[in-house]
Amino acid sequence: MSSVDATGLAHHFEDLEQQREAATLGMWAFLVTEIMFFGGLFGAYVVYRTMYPQAWDNASNQLDVLLGAVNTTVLIVSSLTMALAVRCAAKGNNRQVAGFTFLTLLLGFVFLGVKVIEYKHKWDHHLMPGPNFQLDGVVGGHEQIFFALYFAMTGMHAFHMIIGAGLMLWVILKALRNDYTPQNHTHVEMIGLYWHFVDIVWIFLFPLLYLLGKHGHAIGAVVTGGH
Amino acid sequence: MSSTHPHITPLKVYFLVFATLIAGTWLTYFVAYKDFGWLNTPVAMAIAIVKAGVVVLYFMHVKWQSRLTMMFAAGGFIWLFTLFAFTLQDYFTRSWMPLYQ
Repeated sequence: MSSVDATGLAHHFEDLEQQREAATLGMWAFLVTEIMFFGGLFGAYVVYRTMYPQAWDNASNQLDVLLGAVNTTVLIVSSLTMALAVRCAAKGNNRQVAGFTFLTLLLGFVFLGVKVIEYKHKWDHHLMPGPNFQLDGVVGGHEQIFFALYFAMTGMHAFHMIIGAGLMLWVILKALRNDYTPQNHTHVEMIGLYWHFVDIVWIFLFPLLYLLGKHGHAIGAVVTGGH
Repeated sequence: MSSTHPHITPLKVYFLVFATLIAGTWLTYFVAYKDFGWLNTPVAMAIAIVKAGVVVLYFMHVKWQSRLTMMFAAGGFIWLFTLFAFTLQDYFTRSWMPLYQ
């Protein structure tokens, strides 16, 4: 790191502002690829849901709406604490950066914990796609496609959160070393962008996975198996 | 925005965004148990888009970024729309073609 001066300016940039601008643009370029990555999964979701609407209502009603809503709230609060951590970094208050980032990390683990409970429940109730898949009253098995996408989408989302948790630890370490200054806190700002992106993915996953079967055509968790 | 004076968003803004997100989540949950027919999914998606919009603009600071960054951010969603448009114009029109029935 000899090519970085005391203010954190790398030698190939004119000043900190240019360095920050380049990082922001690069981070957004990365987030665009992330949008397209999840976009492919959402695209598959739209196609199969259009093909098998009743199967999707049936399968969706197997999910626990309350746990989904709790996790949505947990993630929104974690986005707030992340935003506050970045705000504290802009003021050079490293202790508060560490505090808010630690809170964000804890909320991330709460989310993942709830996800483990949900996955365990799906596993125990034979809702894992494959030879042991079983849903009473259902013939045709298109519900399996819903669960395949449910695990793929929430699994990739959870994987992003695990990476995010690692990034939070990095922020906490840097904050404890008083690395962030009002002039240069791009590091925590970029990690904040990543965390908010993960929150946005969940904002769409929650209604699309948990709530589609609640409109009254397949009320409750009663599976009608209408094929 | 210069490097010596970083943008500090007022706390009030963050809490307003937070309140919007919580209210949006509650609203999503509330309307899910109503039946608007074919509008069910558009209504849920409209709320989600508003929620994502405030996150991008305020939490992700795009409102205060350079035009170039704004274009990159918007570009992601434009390409996402393109992905959906081209995929769906295929799948939704297949039944129009007797060949594939």
